[in-house]
Amino acid sequence: MTINRREFFRLGGTAVAGTTASALGFGSLEAVAAEVRPYKLARTTETRNTCPYCSVSCGVIIHTTGDGSKNTKAEIVHVEGDPDHPVNRGSLCPKGAALLDFIRSETRVKQPMHRAAGEAGFKPVSWDFVMERVARLMKDDRDANFKQASDDGKTLNHWPTTGFLAGCATTNETGWLTYKAVRSLGIIALDNQARI
Amino acid sequence: MTNGWNDIKNADVVLVMGGNAAEAHTCGFKWVTEAKSGNGAKLIVVDPRFTRTAAVSDLYAPLRPGSDIAFLGGIIHYLLSNEKIFKDYVLAYTNAAFIVKEGFGFEDGLFSGYNAEKRDYDRSSWDYEYDEAGQAKLDPTLENPRCVFNLLKVHYSRYTAEMVEKTCGTPKDLFLKVCELIATTATGAKTLTSLYALGWTQHSKGSQNIRNIAIIQLLLGNMGVPGGGINALRGHSNVQGITDFGLFSNSVPGYLAMPNSKETTLEEYLKTRAFKPIRPDQMSFLQNYRKFFVSFLKAMYGKNATAENQFGFDWLPKVDVNLDTLRQFELMFQGKMNGFICQGFNPLMSVPNRKKLIAGLSKLKYLVVMDPLHTETAHFFENHGEMNDADPAKIATEVFLLPTNCFAEEEGTFTNSGRVIQWHWKAAEPPGQARTDIQIMADLFLRLKALYAKEGGKFPDPIMNVDWSYRNPAKPTADELLREINGRALADLPDPADATKPPIKKAGELMDIFAQLKDDGTTSCANWIYSGCYTEKGNMTARRDPSDPSGKGIHPNWGYAWPANRRILYNRASADPSGKAWNAKKKVIEWNGSRWAGIDVPDFGPLIDPTQKATGPFIMNPEGVGRLFTRGMMREGPFPEHYEPFESPVANPFHTKVQSNPVARVFKGDLEVFGKSEDFPYVATTYRLVEHFHYWTKHAKMNAVLQPELFVEIGEQLAKDKGIASGDMVEVSSNRGRIKAKAVVTKRIRPLVCDGKPVHIVGIPIHWGFIGATKKGFGANQLTPYVGDANTETPEYKAFLVNIKRIGPAA
Repeated sequence: MTINRREFFRLGGTAVAGTTASALGFGSLEAVAAEVRPYKLARTTETRNTCPYCSVSCGVIIHTTGDGSKNTKAEIVHVEGDPDHPVNRGSLCPKGAALLDFIRSETRVKQPMHRAAGEAGFKPVSWDFVMERVARLMKDDRDANFKQASDDGKTLNHWPTTGFLAGCATTNETGWLTYKAVRSLGIIALDNQARI
Repeated sequence: MTNGWNDIKNADVVLVMGGNAAEAHTCGFKWVTEAKSGNGAKLIVVDPRFTRTAAVSDLYAPLRPGSDIAFLGGIIHYLLSNEKIFKDYVLAYTNAAFIVKEGFGFEDGLFSGYNAEKRDYDRSSWDYEYDEAGQAKLDPTLENPRCVFNLLKVHYSRYTAEMVEKTCGTPKDLFLKVCELIATTATGAKTLTSLYALGWTQHSKGSQNIRNIAIIQLLLGNMGVPGGGINALRGHSNVQGITDFGLFSNSVPGYLAMPNSKETTLEEYLKTRAFKPIRPDQMSFLQNYRKFFVSFLKAMYGKNATAENQFGFDWLPKVDVNLDTLRQFELMFQGKMNGFICQGFNPLMSVPNRKKLIAGLSKLKYLVVMDPLHTETAHFFENHGEMNDADPAKIATEVFLLPTNCFAEEEGTFTNSGRVIQWHWKAAEPPGQARTDIQIMADLFLRLKALYAKEGGKFPDPIMNVDWSYRNPAKPTADELLREINGRALADLPDPADATKPPIKKAGELMDIFAQLKDDGTTSCANWIYSGCYTEKGNMTARRDPSDPSGKGIHPNWGYAWPANRRILYNRASADPSGKAWNAKKKVIEWNGSRWAGIDVPDFGPLIDPTQKATGPFIMNPEGVGRLFTRGMMREGPFPEHYEPFESPVANPFHTKVQSNPVARVFKGDLEVFGKSEDFPYVATTYRLVEHFHYWTKHAKMNAVLQPELFVEIGEQLAKDKGIASGDMVEVSSNRGRIKAKAVVTKRIRPLVCDGKPVHIVGIPIHWGFIGATKKGFGANQLTPYVGDANTETPEYKAFLVNIKRIGPAA
């Protein structure tokens, strides 16, 4: 058998169990090793990412099951600090160290939801329903309230009655595409989390 | 941050005031520890609470929430009256010698030009004297009583240590110790870095806190040098990036401005933004404004933007009134908004005065929330008793909750607080039917465009003309968007030095840097300050070489720092006027006889010979120097002045006539619900815990286990006075609402004596809500006042008035 460094340390940690095993008649090292669960991160795929919480933007390594091949589904099983990152050098705070629990949070939204007027709660709906309905509501409001010119004839070309608040944990690329979309619609009630 | 996280290790003195880096920016704080252990640095912490940052400080001084300007003003007074300033730097690199014109003045708490009815200033007297050629006049002898330096001395002469004690409650001796330690960095041999966060910004005069530290750092010569600078420790992972991309009512990416309706043409708009130098020899970088703006319009409208149609200038909406978050919710409250879209933002928890927010959201026709998590904002219509007192049957708002991916499930860039843009890679698919924000925005846009094509409607021109030529218009990739952000040549660009040579860029090639951008429509660039982040050499933000050849924490090949991969801003100021480093230990760049060179990218014209031209180092300012006096740029005045928070337990000790910020915007109805100290005698301040991030980590089980339940923190004396024991349930009330929480009685908060009266402080952590893995809890925004900083409209969360009473034993 081959024992890598981590498994060797695990063997050391199972000395008590090992003694018990030999008492039961299994004397060989192989028998002990067979009882030890292999180090689970040894066969995961590592992906470099950035902690989404504060602006220290610590480097993290995300471990997923599988090797990315077609018949495997990557599941995130572990997140840890990236030792190569010049700022955090492998460390994480209590927030970053628990990122896995955010990713797997029970309160994540998994399907589009809709709440009609006066209803007590949400109902799951399809993407098509949501997007079609939102686009319709937006267009109706824009057409009803878009202002092309001020009373004294100056160009305005803006839509003041629908607001947009952008988040600050979205990517720059999302920010730019969002900017392009909302400005092309004429939205001026635009702000983001940085304000607060 | 003007400098970066790693650079903190170069500091000799670290001032943490207006933040609690050890808990809120934990892994960045390690560089403070590094400065202490590796550089013998001293850490000063000034905070109303004895935080965990304070616990490892060399010197801790308490102050009353909302009195920072008085404290910082006191430091300025100390430095000026004891001549603890870096005089050569101040003379050469600040506007100390500039002469201010007649008419400027300050009396009884107000600067010249105040209009009480408008609650605003005519700022025309807040300016320099100019000669016939339009150049500012100077008195290098500093003898002219109207030069900035002398006006500064007069202004701050009132900020004595006695006044600091009276206003802030900081014992005079302790305050002077802080001043002495800060003053050790006035010689050029040592540097001070300032680290701050929302403790300075969430005030009705927060911007002037930052102005004060700017004055201090300029007087000490600490700008542009390693271990120096002004370092805003920003909030979310990409709050810097989203700010850079101008997702504000009145902004265009790269800190350019949206046009207003008076600017009827592109030329009219550009006229006021010429930024001509106001000193001989000076370069003013924003003279390139036209190039950046036209390239932005080309990124917006592509080939549809032509010189003939002013590059699509008319398609951009015109903004006359800044519709910031507070104003948006005010309009919503008045019933003047119909639709509202929240993309990864939970305003029901983070905007002040919850009652007003629920009322506002209830008046909407539709609300769209895009988020990876079930946010309180999406569920605002639900009744959660006193925590969210809504009646769903009476709320007609149609609500949509769209599931988005989280960080681990997408690729793209975040920009950290130190301006370093870093690419991250996708690890897994999002759960269920969740989609990326990019896909949702593209879908929404394309559906609207299709509706306009089919049905027509109001002014479809910008929707039809915006450039959406992505490979798959329904799913633009982060990679192609980052290239669009970086910018590219749209035609062959001739070599400006010699047109007979081959073009510097062929049509279609990515730009190397913003200096190559053109104002004639031959280049496109979404955000000029990011230009250089994705070149023909590849994606610079994905670089992962952690090496640091200088050992100064520059890491030049890790990601890409805007602008131009520069890690220390204003680094020209690290060298003296002749081009030699003020101090060999703090060398960044020097003039080597033919060009500027060193360990970082020069923040200066690389070929400007300092022995021939006296060009100032602050090239973004037309003066070329740092501003001790800000002319008309700040709404409250060109020097910071202490004003009390809108809810304060004391009368303003500096002037009886003006209690609070005279130009801060207060909406009708909000003024009436400010509390009086007779009814609400205690000062409340909000804060964060190391175990939680805003209203986000309460969804994560581990964090919920670590800090499961809302509490409020009070000192032992107040607890004794009110008969409260640790663990008791208490009610904290303001004039806008009440919350119930467990009391934690600590030694970390002590009463401060201001003007002979004890002031007790109630600390309120902000992390609970009615959804998530923690216990349900009230939010601080059920108490906080609806008023923001006069320049930024960041709400006043850090100082307001409450009462507290025991309501029973531990629940």
